[in-house]
Order: sequence, then C-alpha cells, then structure tokens
Amino acid sequence: MARDSQAALVALNRFGFGARGGASGDFINAASDPRGFVKAELNRTNGALLELPGLASTPALAKAVFDYQFEIQQARNAAAKPGNRGAATEAPQSSEAAPKQTRNLSLNRIAMEMAPKEPSMQQGEAGSAAAPPAEPMPPGAKAPPPQPPNVIQKTFRAEALARIQRATMADCGIVERLVAFWSNHFCISASKGGLARMWAGSFEREAIRPHVFGRFTDMLKAVEQHPAMLFFLDNQQSLGPDSRAGIFRNRGLNENLAREIMELHTLGVDGGYTQEDVTSLARVITGWTYAGRLGQLGTPGTFVFNANAHQPGAHRVLGKTYEAGGVAQGEAVLADLARHPSTAKFVAAKFVRHFVADDPPPALVARLQDVFTRTDGDLRAMTLALIDADEAWKAPLTKIRSPYEFMIATGRVLARIPGDPGRYLGGLNTLGQPLWSPAGPNGFPDTNAAWAAPEGMKLRLDIAAQVASRIADSVDPRDLLEVVAANAASPETRRTVERAETRQQALALLLMSPEFQRR
Amino acid sequence: METTMDCCESRASSLTRRSLLFGGASFAAWAYLPKFARAAEGRDPRLIVVILRGALDGLATVAPIGDPDYAALHGSIALTSSGAKGATMLDNFFGLHPAMPEFSRMYREKRAAVVHAVATSYRERSHFDGQDVLESGFAGPGRVQSGWLNRALESLPRGERVTSGLAVGPTTPLILRGAAPTVAWAPVALPQAAEDTAMRLMDLYSQRDPALAKALAAGLQLDKVAKGDDMKPKPGINGAAAMRLVARGAAKLMAADDGPRIAALAFDGWDTHANEGGATGRLAQLLGGLDGALAEFESGLAARWRDTVVVVATEFGRTARINGTEGTDHGTGTVALLVGGAVKGGRIISDWPGLKPANLYQGRDLAPTTDLRAVFKGVLHDHLGIGESALAQTVFPDSASAKPMKGLLA
Repeated sequence: MARDSQAALVALNRFGFGARGGASGDFINAASDPRGFVKAELNRTNGALLELPGLASTPALAKAVFDYQFEIQQARNAAAKPGNRGAATEAPQSSEAAPKQTRNLSLNRIAMEMAPKEPSMQQGEAGSAAAPPAEPMPPGAKAPPPQPPNVIQKTFRAEALARIQRATMADCGIVERLVAFWSNHFCISASKGGLARMWAGSFEREAIRPHVFGRFTDMLKAVEQHPAMLFFLDNQQSLGPDSRAGIFRNRGLNENLAREIMELHTLGVDGGYTQEDVTSLARVITGWTYAGRLGQLGTPGTFVFNANAHQPGAHRVLGKTYEAGGVAQGEAVLADLARHPSTAKFVAAKFVRHFVADDPPPALVARLQDVFTRTDGDLRAMTLALIDADEAWKAPLTKIRSPYEFMIATGRVLARIPGDPGRYLGGLNTLGQPLWSPAGPNGFPDTNAAWAAPEGMKLRLDIAAQVASRIADSVDPRDLLEVVAANAASPETRRTVERAETRQQALALLLMSPEFQRR
Repeated sequence: METTMDCCESRASSLTRRSLLFGGASFAAWAYLPKFARAAEGRDPRLIVVILRGALDGLATVAPIGDPDYAALHGSIALTSSGAKGATMLDNFFGLHPAMPEFSRMYREKRAAVVHAVATSYRERSHFDGQDVLESGFAGPGRVQSGWLNRALESLPRGERVTSGLAVGPTTPLILRGAAPTVAWAPVALPQAAEDTAMRLMDLYSQRDPALAKALAAGLQLDKVAKGDDMKPKPGINGAAAMRLVARGAAKLMAADDGPRIAALAFDGWDTHANEGGATGRLAQLLGGLDGALAEFESGLAARWRDTVVVVATEFGRTARINGTEGTDHGTGTVALLVGGAVKGGRIISDWPGLKPANLYQGRDLAPTTDLRAVFKGVLHDHLGIGESALAQTVFPDSASAKPMKGLLA
C-alpha cells in the first residue's frame, strides 16, 4: 500500500473504534484520506442521535418504573396486611420534590433485586464466563433464568444493546467515541438505584447526544436539568432552607450537585471557586427537580422547577450577583460557568488527554482552549480543531484502549453485531468499567495508569482468549491482522500471529497486540 | 457477629450505589515477604491499611456524646448513650456506633484504638483530590502515580516472593501503586488464558511494547486463583457482605507462611450526603460491614493476629452539622481506627478541639488536631522499623512537621 498506514492507525484507533472486519475496507479508506475518513462521520445531520422504536423517553421510562414500583408496593402491602393502606398512600405522595426514605428504599430494593444479575451473567450460569462480543446466542442454548428480568433490567439491557450496536456498526466511530467521552464527563451511575439504572441510557440519548456537535452550554443545561442527573446527585432532595417546602419539612440544602457542577462538569477542582460558591450554587438550584409518580408538579419524570422548594432571593456566585428569577437564575449561573476561562481550560485538557496523550501537549490544549473560548463553546469546532491538529497525528499511539473501547473494537474486527449485551456487560464488569456505572461522579479514569495495570492486562488476556476460543474457528487471524493494521503491523506482531499454535491462540494474540491495544 | 450481619443484610437495600461486581471492595498486597519476616526473634509483622472511600463521618462512628454541642449539630442522626440502639460508651465522653460490636469488644480487650479529630494535610473538599492525598502521601493533590505504602515497601529489605495462591482483581488502589511490585486479589473466578499464550504475548510485548510487558509480567505472576468456593461472589451480595468477603479472602492469604505481609484494601460507599441514618440506616450498614471485616481479619489471621496492625482511614470527614437532607456534606476532621493484636488499644487518642461554633474548622467541620500522616508514620516506624528520615522524605514527602506518633503499638 502506497498510502499512509501510520495515519490510518491514528484515524481508526485514536479517533475511532478500530477497523471493521468483513469487507469494510476501513483500513484502505483511512489510509487514503485519514482526516477525511474521520471527518466524514461528522457531516451527517443528527448523526449522534440514537432513536430506535424500542427506546423510550425519560418520562415514559419513569412511568414504567413508578408503575412497577407501585405494583410491588401494592403486592407487598396486600401480602402483609390486607386492611392497611397507610404505606401505600404515603409512598407515592413522598415521591414529589423531597422523597422520603421509604420511597428510596423500595426503589433501591428493585435495583438490588437485579444487581446480582449482571455479575451472574458474567459468571455465566451455563459455563460461558465473562467475555465480550459474540454472535447472538441461539435462543434455546441458555438455561432460562430463574425469574424474568424486570422492567429496569430489560430497559438497561435494551439501552446498552443499542449503544453497543451503534458503536459496532459505525464507520469510523468518532461520533460514538465523542458520545462516550461526554457521557463520561457528565456521568451518572446506574448503581445509584433503580431510577438511575432505568434512565442511564435515556440520559445519554437526551442530554448528551443532541449536543455532541452543539454548544457546551446547551449540553451543560440539558445535563443539569435531566432527571437522571438530579436523581444521581440528590438535587431532588435539596430544599431551600427558607423556601416554603424547606420551612414546612424542616429540611434544607444538599450540596452534592452544586459541587460536582463546579468541580467536575465545568471549572475543575482548581478552577477558582470557593466553598461559598458551592453553597451558593446549591441555593440557586434548589427547586430543580423532576415530577414524581403522582404528577403533582408536572408530567411524571420530567424536569420541573418547584418554586416551593427554591431558596428565595438573590445569590452571589463567583463574585456576581444573580437576582431572583426562578429557574432562569440557575440557568444564568450555568451559562456563565460554561463560558468561564477555567471551564475552557479544564475541558480542553480533558479532551486532549482522552484522545491524544495522558500528558496532553500544552500547545494543543491551549489551541483547543482558544477555539472553545472564541466559539463560545462550539463542540464541533473544538472537535475539528483536534482533527486538524498536526500533534494529534504525530503523537505516538501511547494510550491503551479502555475496556469499553477494547470490547467494541473486538466486536468490530470480528464483524459480530451483538444481539444480546450480556457478554459485553459482563466483560466490562470484569475489566473494571461496568457500563454507565462508575464508582463516583468523576467517571471512569482515562489514563494508562488505570487501564494498563498488571491485573487489568491479565484479565484482558483472559477475555481475549475466551473470545478467541469461541470465534476463531470461523476466521483467519492472518486476514484479521490485515484488517487491523495492514502494513503498519510490526514484523514481530506479524510473526507472533503467524507462528501461533492454533487459530485461537493467534486471535487472542492479535487482540492483545500493541497494534490492537494502543490508540 | 452473626446477629449483626443478619440485621445488616435485612436492610441491605441502600447499598446498591457502589455494589458493583466486587461490592466496591478491592485488595492488593506487596509481592514480597519483608526480609525480617522469618527473623530469629520470631516477630513477623502484618500490616493492613483499609481505605474508606467517600469520607467517613467520624462524628457518627465515634460520637463525642459528652460534647455539649454534638447532639444539636448532628440533629436527628445523633447517637445517644441510652436505649436499645444506644452507642457503646468507650469512655465517659466518646460513644462507639452500635453497629460495631466487634470493634467494641476489641477495644475492651485493648486491641483497638481510636484517633479522633484527625485529617490529612488536605484542606479542600474534593473526594478525588482528598483520596489522592490520603493514598499518595504527598502533602497536596496532583497527578501522582505512586502511593505511600508502596514507597514504604521500597525501603524494606526484600525477601522471598509471595507464593500463596493469588489471583487478580481489576484495580490496585493508589496507596499501593508504584515501583514496588504488588499482587491483587478479587473474589472472581475467570477462566484463564493458557500459559503458552501468555508467554508468547510476553515475548511480543518485550520486543514491541516494554510498558505493556512490564504490566503483563506483573499480572502473570499472580496467576493462581485463590481456591475455595467461599471466595466467589454470591448472588445478592451487598456492600457489607462484600467487605467481609474480601477481608476473609485477604486474611486467608495473609495467614499463610508464604502469604503477603503488607496489604491495602479499599471499601467504597461512605459518601453519606442524604439519609445517613443514626443508630440504624445507611451508615450503620456500612459500619456493620467494616466491623465484620475487622472480625474476619482477626479470625482469619488467627495466630498471626498477635503481630498484626490494621489501620482504617478515610480521605476527610463530614460536616459537623447535618445538612438539609439528613446527611452530611464534605468536611475535614474525622477518625482513624487502629485494630490488631499488636495495637496498644483501649484508648482514644485525641486532642479534642470541641464543637463550639468558634472551634469548628471554617465554622462547619470538626477541626483537625492530629495529622493522619503522624499516625501512619508511627505505625510504619514501630511496626515495620522504617526509619524517620525515609518516612519524612520519600514515604511522606514534606511531612517533617508531622512526627511519627509514638506508643501506638503494645
């Protein structure tokens, strides 16, 4: 090939999810016009949206989970004490602005019922242990699970499947990489409880995807007003101490969301805010909640501004006074945070760290920061600036794929569109990156220190070996090496693959080769 | 013990936030035996550091019930010294959370101690920076790749390699990351790649990718899965049970003659912003899990318990006054716990600052009066014989002002 093979690796692996097997021609296309290959995907209208018949809106999902929860509650009450309706009437009422513990408990219990299911998927009741991509299992091949999955499990798996399929089929994968990046930047965690698990997918579809090529300020507002985020960081429980609800219930502020907006979503921990700013922002966004099951505040599962819970008056954040103005007061603060120089710096550095290097080249960060600032946070402009930057093409491929990137890339090169997300979810659990379930609001780490650790590499090898043991009979690993790296493959890797004892071993080694692991 | 766990499991529902595959619990250890492990004197110390991620409410764990301001500040979740679910008074001032009967017993047996109003040198309120400071041992946050326990190991004479059955978990906590090789274990059974495949890959990496070669080589050393069905995660496992399970496995590994001597565990889930609970509730469940884990160490280490020190620490404390959602927000001063046969226990070590508004740090947090590094340094010095200059320079850089605390060990 007379084309630029090294640039093809960058286009496919640094910017995308890796070359697809079959007759995709990805490597040749990427080698002939590396930048064009990456940018082609950016030019499709609404290319980041994910709308499928089976995927419901957040309010519709809320209704389903509220109904499910209510049914369980009814059944429990009926079983416990036929005459006692006290608990049944109390719980729904409390699902408005400030839910009581009873409601949380029952939601969490729902999540608890399903929590072990994912690991046990991974354990594989029928001996099929944690492993990633595969063709859909024949329906009859698996022993039926003891209980049918509940609505939360079903939803989570459907959302996961849609995301995995989209990433597996994408041409380059840059759009899905961007979705994953922003989704991790503004992460929620499904392990928070039933509602978070129910909404993990719709949160990404509704708050992240529409803005991946839009403006940061719009994504920020969509995220912080999304019921999933409000639930994840407890804002639906936060009441202005001097609001009507606060006085009536004798409850008050919860700083959780306000702090993470500043620390993780916009300014960064060193971004120049104080504890007072956090507390003040917490006051500003009191009343930002979602309507509960009874819909007293609005359609259940929609964002609502509950004036009764809002701390009245003007508030001062980062030296500026925001006059009372209902929901607009908080929106004004968010808009200023989105525009703050610290935000531009924080976001640009994180973006470059994700795509280029653990220690992002300062000049490149500065350029993206400048683009972000000049364009008022235009994320398409920032993305294009990265793709146009020489550093992004010249920097060696030193980063290791995250577990998610590794598993998606594996499915792509093997040309297997999954019909069931089970193996992916299990593999991600094993490798320490359970889908949409980071341990904290800072999301999953994004450095080699986290993903190229001894334990992780050993587990990755085990998973590669398992995939290979299932798949390798139907592929020729030597052909796949051409798909993955063509003449950019090192002689050592080529030799290692060619000299393997079995097809299985050759495939496992290919999936673990630096050409496949580095990006 | 069994009663405690039963009651915890019946209220397991609110632990789901961090109940991932391993229940938010991880274990990693130094891959070598210290040279003095089999020294003629017969002393063979074990050290376990338990990191509680999320910021433990020290005022709810060891409550200053005798402080006149405590009850009002902690409000509806404050512990009291009376009643069926009353705190266990450790002296006439401090009461221990009722979910910790094992710690209470060890305290009576003088094998458990509390250090109160303690904090690292970190004074902001970010979990992630706070954990970095706690685990890195550096005076301030920043992107670092090594932890203080790992650097402490580098100054220990290195003996034989740990050969006990160790498997791999997906993560090593920062406290143990660094140049000194570590091993990790997690209660998961995963079919392994054939050894030959691994060797071929090692060969490729050593030619093409030295960094991956190093990582995989370390990973492969840990190739043997800890045997025993009791170490597999069970369906329905919750955070408290996971803590016990990981502690049981860790103790089993560490009790062996050729098992690891120095280890770190991390338990997630202590960030109790809302509905923290008092004598019962969310924090009570977590503390019950921690208490169970400490008991697992004791019973699993058996004869080795005599020479064991377990240090339990967290990145910072929580606000003295509860917030508007019956929880607590990020604070400063908190507790550290010391447990083990080698601990000079039955004591609360504290220069109590008091909870009057003027005495609170920034008007909101328990003021720190003891530097947590002094506690760590005291243990490393007296238990492992690490010299003061190494402690002040490499293990805890820029920590000369925090002298090793004396007399923590029996």
